Formats: sequence, structure tokens, C-alpha cells
Amino acid sequence: MTKEQRLKKRHNAEKRFRFYGLASIFFALLFVLILVHNIFSKGSSAFMKTAINVEVFYDKDLLELEPGASEEEILEADFFDITIESLLKVYPAKNMDEEDALIELFTTDAEIEIKKAFLNNKNLIGKKINLEITASDDIDQLHKGNYPRDLPEDRRRISNFQLEIYDVLVENKTITKNFNNYFFKNGDSRDPEIAGIGGALVGSFYSILICLLLAFPVAVLASIYLEEFAPKNKITDFIEININNLAAVPSIVYGLLALQILLATIQLPRSTPLVAGITLALMTLPRIIIPCRASLKAVPPSIREGALAVGASKFQSVFHHVVPLALPGTLSGTIIGLAQALGETAPLILIGMVAFVVDIPSTPIDPSSSLPVQVYLWSESAERGFVEKTSATIMMLLSFLIVMNFLAVYLRQKFEKRWN
Amino acid sequence: MNFVLIFLITIFSLSLFFYGRSKTKSIAIEKNIKLNALPKFYGYYLVLWCSIPSLVFLLIWSLFEPVIIKSIIIETAANQGAIFNDKNEANLIYEKIKAIHLGTYFGDIDSILRESALAYAKFINLFTNSKVVLIFAIVIVSVIYSLKKINKNNKARDDVEIILKGLLFVSSLIAILTTLGIIFSLLFESIKFFSVINIFDYLFGTNWSPQRAFVRDASSITAAEFEELKDAFGFIPLIAGTTFIAFIAMLVAVPIGLFSGIYMAEYASLKIRRISKPIIEILAGIPTVVYGFFAALTVGPFFRQIGENFGLTVSSESALAAGLIMGIMIIPYVSSLSDDVINSVPQSLRDGSYAIGATKSETIKKVVIPAALPGIIGSILLAVSRAIGETMIVVMAAGLAANLTINPLESTTTITTQIVMILVGDQEFDSPKTQSAFALGLTLFIATLILNYIAQRAVKKYREKYD
Repeated sequence: MTKEQRLKKRHNAEKRFRFYGLASIFFALLFVLILVHNIFSKGSSAFMKTAINVEVFYDKDLLELEPGASEEEILEADFFDITIESLLKVYPAKNMDEEDALIELFTTDAEIEIKKAFLNNKNLIGKKINLEITASDDIDQLHKGNYPRDLPEDRRRISNFQLEIYDVLVENKTITKNFNNYFFKNGDSRDPEIAGIGGALVGSFYSILICLLLAFPVAVLASIYLEEFAPKNKITDFIEININNLAAVPSIVYGLLALQILLATIQLPRSTPLVAGITLALMTLPRIIIPCRASLKAVPPSIREGALAVGASKFQSVFHHVVPLALPGTLSGTIIGLAQALGETAPLILIGMVAFVVDIPSTPIDPSSSLPVQVYLWSESAERGFVEKTSATIMMLLSFLIVMNFLAVYLRQKFEKRWN
Repeated sequence: MNFVLIFLITIFSLSLFFYGRSKTKSIAIEKNIKLNALPKFYGYYLVLWCSIPSLVFLLIWSLFEPVIIKSIIIETAANQGAIFNDKNEANLIYEKIKAIHLGTYFGDIDSILRESALAYAKFINLFTNSKVVLIFAIVIVSVIYSLKKINKNNKARDDVEIILKGLLFVSSLIAILTTLGIIFSLLFESIKFFSVINIFDYLFGTNWSPQRAFVRDASSITAAEFEELKDAFGFIPLIAGTTFIAFIAMLVAVPIGLFSGIYMAEYASLKIRRISKPIIEILAGIPTVVYGFFAALTVGPFFRQIGENFGLTVSSESALAAGLIMGIMIIPYVSSLSDDVINSVPQSLRDGSYAIGATKSETIKKVVIPAALPGIIGSILLAVSRAIGETMIVVMAAGLAANLTINPLESTTTITTQIVMILVGDQEFDSPKTQSAFALGLTLFIATLILNYIAQRAVKKYREKYD
């Protein structure tokens, strides 16, 4: 091999090596894109829901209500008959089976929707009104194009007869897509078309709030102690090693801790944001202390010495001068820690947040779910409608995380002082 | 009640602040002496003395009150002839008694329950009253003490700072308390577990099927049941599955992470670095449940489809899908750390290599990486510890049945998956099945602790070498 050939070979090796590096970065970026694209393309349709325009006749005799009935009487009244009557008017059904198939096109909550419309306008008795009744999950998915209609009938959840009705509805333009307010307002449900993340949102909010209230002050005080006051001795070293190790303990271990201490020993109520918040706070604490200490350490000693020189006590120099200067870094570290806590799932599953909770929690000691746990729960469900719901929940979760991370970066860049 | 007490303490503390401030001012004028601190510090001093002892007491009391009342009530119910065989039934009776007291119980109430509910009401009353009395006593004593100190013109600023410093120290102790809590809670149940199951049967058994452990009460096991139990808790398949999936993950994460770390440290222009580094770090910020969802619903079926095209049977919950996605999640852990480590290799080493004619890649391969090796290994070990502790991806994408296999297309299970599977839903306390989850947790805790310790030592040693 001549000298030139050898050099060429070495230069080729150089190019290859460089290419591997670039390819790795490219692969990582590509994966982020694929993941985001996959979630968004599946989930964006969940923000709309399919509704079918139905003419409802509030028949006085069927409802057994007089004009001017009180709210209580209306709440007690049976709207089942007029619901069935109205739904059956959408398409002529020949026999009982066809009637059932027709009713199956609508959500199981159709009766409640009709009742609600009546509660909003009590003068409707004896009158006709056009209402947009939410369609069933299957029709919803069909209308959004997520359901293959070319399968043989016995492998479809929608019968040929139902497809026939659907096509007529599309032709008459009585089937519409509206904004899906149920998705944000409702709690969990077995029926995808009326299931929502309202409960999970509130549960996550309470959990993170409790986590913030517990973890932030303790983390700040602990890092001030370790960075500014702690004498260099064995105890301080031990605390430091401890904090570093805790930050790397798998999150599920915190779930076991919560199960044994918070639920079995102290007997706090299961499945509640209170327990979730405490668990997340314990988990987040070391992850906040580490950036807090870094930002305290970044404040130059001249600041402390300047304060001491004009007669401030050690405490005054720390709390009046060092801490305010370190605050932006501290806050951004806290926000990033909270963002991690918001996405944490495993410990919450262990403390029972996987329970099926329909009601939206009103206090932190009501059973509830949380956003990531809702993702887990729905991803285990077989119904096709839950796939888009899960993806949409992930979209919400990711957008919260993005907002929090941007806030952290903004705080740091806007307020943090550079010392050199 | 607690809120009222906290509110009262707060109001009282605040008024003490103003009282202390003006009182010391007037003392100074009256006696014509120089105060040892600014008047406001006397106010702070009173506030701290009034609030801290009483609030700490309230916290401790509230933590233990329900537990103590419960044990007393269960005992009184037992004395009155209530029959319960185990802890669950006792809990049920206690809940009933509580519900009767609150007026939310609609079942039949027999005389035992009624008497117990009355006793419950009595104890609740007693505890609440004594709590209020004790808190008032504590507040009065500590306020009198601190007022005396103020009248003697103490060095209030120093005293306030000593108290606050104590508070800071206590905050930093919470980390130690958490560690102790983890160790205690894991050990407590694990010891119970190992008193039933021999630790060697656990460590070296090759069969994991805890659902067979139907025994509710660990203390009354027959010989036949014991045999059955003995080989239901074999740890080998779990550790095999865990390391197998972690191994697949590392096959993905190490090359990609290392190469991108090297590229960013050595080749990338500042601009590319500034864009690509945060984007790669997004991978670490995405919640793991999202990866799990992606692995289970997109990657798993995708592999299955490909496998079918080649005539292979691929389980839709395969170790490959879980491992691959976990590997992608871990990329930033490897890349960021190795980027840092490579950056701290002194430039003189590179310059020496260039001076004898090496190309850039040769310098990296022969000089920079060997110099950075301890740090790189440390970062890889940290990534491994993340991989074995990762839960959601494997719960959603790797399968539930313990299955000794090295075929990446089959499903396997991991330690974390089994913990979740055992503890999700209704748990029977004091059954070996529930306790086994804590034994698994202990194993996991120890394993990650060792890995982290070695990794941190390696990184630290390496840093010291070039500092």
C-alpha cells in the first residue's frame, strides 16, 4: 500500500467516523419527530366529536310533566321514552333488531343530553326542537375515518344496516363534527365518546400543587443549609451522598414507600391527590436540591463578603443578598423538577390512582386520577375510541411539559446574572 | 378543627410580633438602655417561639391520632364480642364504626357496633379536647418563656438565627428521613416475606408465579401449601428478563448516545450543538408512559407485521419493542454525560496527538476516549441503572408472564412489571404475594444503589484526575 493510499484510507475512516456521529444525532432527532407525529396524527381528532341532528319532541304525556314543572320534578322525570321515540325517527327501522341497531348509533348518554336541553329551557314542553345528540364511539370513529369499512361484516362492530343509515345521514348532512367539550369537562367513563380528562386534570393539578408546596420550601431551605451553613463534617457528607443517591432511586421504589408509610402506617386516604402529592414531593426533593445548590454555588463569594463587611450577620448576607440572586436558577430547577413529577406514573399506580373514578375530585382528599395514569388506563382499553383519547391526553401532557420547560429556560435566561 | 387551631396560632403569632416590637421599643425608652437587637427581631423571636413548638406538636399528634384511635376501637370492639379473623375484617369493622359515627352507614347496626360507635365518639371527643388543651398549654408556656427572655433584653437576632438555622438543618435531614423510610418500608415487609420463603429459594428459583400463592394468612400454612409456595417465588426469570431488556436497551443507547456525544463534543459547530443538544434532551423529558404507549401501540404491532412478512412469530408484547424504546429513552443520559466527560479531557492531549500527525477521528479513538473511559463507563452504568428501574415502558410493552427466554421476539417480564402487577388493584395484606413485591423492591433498590455508587465514584475519580 502506497503512502497516498494509506492516507486516503485514513481520511475515509475519518469521514465514516464523522458520519456515524451525525447519523446518531439525526436518528435521535428523527425519533422525536416520529413520536410527536404519531401522537399528534392519532390524537388531534379527539378534540372533535361526532353528533347527529335529531328532532326531539318533548311530549307532555310521555314525560308526565305539566308546563311549569319545578326543577325537582324534571330531574325525577323519565326521559327514556321520548329519547327512544326521537332517536327512532332518524331512520325508518323495520323490526326490533333494526331499532336496536339504530339506537346503538347514539351515545348511551343520549337521554341525559335530552334532559339537559330541557333543563336549560323549561318552556320546551309540548314543543319540537332540533338537538345535536352525540354519536356512539363506533360512529364517531367511522365518521373521523379511523374505522375500516371495507372489512367483512362479521369482523366489523358496525353492521351493514348501520352503515346504510350512516350514509343517509351523511347525505342529508345531519351528521356533524363539533368541538368535543366532553373531553375536557367529563371524568372517566367506560364509553369513549363521553370519557374525558376533567378528573385527571384536576387530580394532576392538586398533586402538583401539593408537591410544589411541600418540595419547594424544603428543597430551598435544605440547599441553603448545605451550601451556606453546613460545617464540613461527616454528617454533611452523609447528607450529600444521600441526596445524590435518592435522585437516582427508581420512582417505583417511592411508590412502595408511599404504600407502606403513607397508606398502611399513617392511613391517609388511598387514590387521592394528597398522597400523590406527598409521594411526588419526596421523589422530587433531591431532584430540586441539586440545581438549587448549583445556583447558590454560582453566586460569587464577593457578594457574601461585601454584605459581611458592612456588618450584616451571616444570615442577613445569605437571605438578603445570596438567595435573591440565586432565585432564578432555583425557580427554574424547581419547575423542571415539577415537570418530571407531572409525568410520573409508576408510584401513582401503586398508591391506587388507577381506580376507575368517574367524579371530578373537588378536594385533594377525593379519589382521583392524574394525566399520566389516565394515559396508562386508557391505553389498556380495547375500544378504538380510546386510542385517540389517549393520544390527545398525551398531547395535553406534553404541552404542559413544554410550557413548563420554556418557563424554566425563560426565567433562567431573563433573570439570571452572569458572573464573569 | 386543625385548620381552626392553625388559624388561631397564626393570628396569635402575628399579634405577638407587633406586641414584641413595640414592647421592646418602649422598654428601651423607659429604662433608657440600648437594645441588643433591632426591635423587629424581638417580634420574630416571639413569633418563632409561639408557632414552632405548637405546630410541630400538632403535626405529630395528627399523624398518630388516627392510628391510635383505630387500635383502641378495634380492641374495644373485640372486648364487646365482635369477631374478626384477620386484619382486613378488623379494618372493615372499624370503617363501619366510623361510618355509623358520621351517620353515613345504612346497613344493619347491631348492639356491638352501636356500643363501639359510642366509644368511638367518646374517644374522638377526648382526643380532640386533649389536643386543644395541650396546644394551648404549649403556646402559653413557650410565650411566657420567650417574653421573659425579651424583658431581659436578650440578643434577639442571634437567637432568631439559631432557631432558623435549626430549621434549615431539619429541612436537610428530610433527605435522610426519606432514605430511612425507604429502607424501613422495604425491609419490614421483606423480612416477613423471607420468614415464609427461604431466601435461597427466592434468589435461585427458576419459576415465578405469585398468583399461585393464594394463602391469605402467612402464619397458618400447611405443609402442602408451603411446598407450593416455595417454588412460586423464583427470582431468576425476573432478573433474566430485566437484564435482557436492559441489554437490548443498551445496544441501542450506547452506540447512538456515545456517537452523538462525541460528535457534539468534538465536531459540531456551536450552532448545531445549540439546536441538537436540547432536542436530544427532550427524549429524557418525555414521560415514560408516553414511550410505553408508543411501544405498545405502534412499535409492537409494527414488529409483529414485519415478523409476519418474514414468517416469524413475533409476540405483540416483545422484549425487542420494549428494549428498543427504552434504549431511545436512555440516549440522552449517555450522550449528555459523555459529552461533558469528553469536554473535560484536557486540550493538551489532543494537541499532542495532532502534532504527531493523527487525524481527528484517530485522536478521538486512540487518545480522547481512553482518557475519558472511566467517565464514559460511569455514564453507561448510570444509564443501566435507569434501565433496570424503568417501569412504565415494560409494564405496557414487555408482557406479564415470567418466561425464561433469550428470544427477543417473545415476551418477558421484569422486576418492576411484577411489582406493579402484584400491587395494582386489591391487595391482601400479610400475604406472601404482596410481601414479595416489597422483596422485589428491595432487590431493585440495592441493585440500583450499587450501580449508582460505582458510577458516581468512577465519574468523580475521573474528574479529580483532570482538575
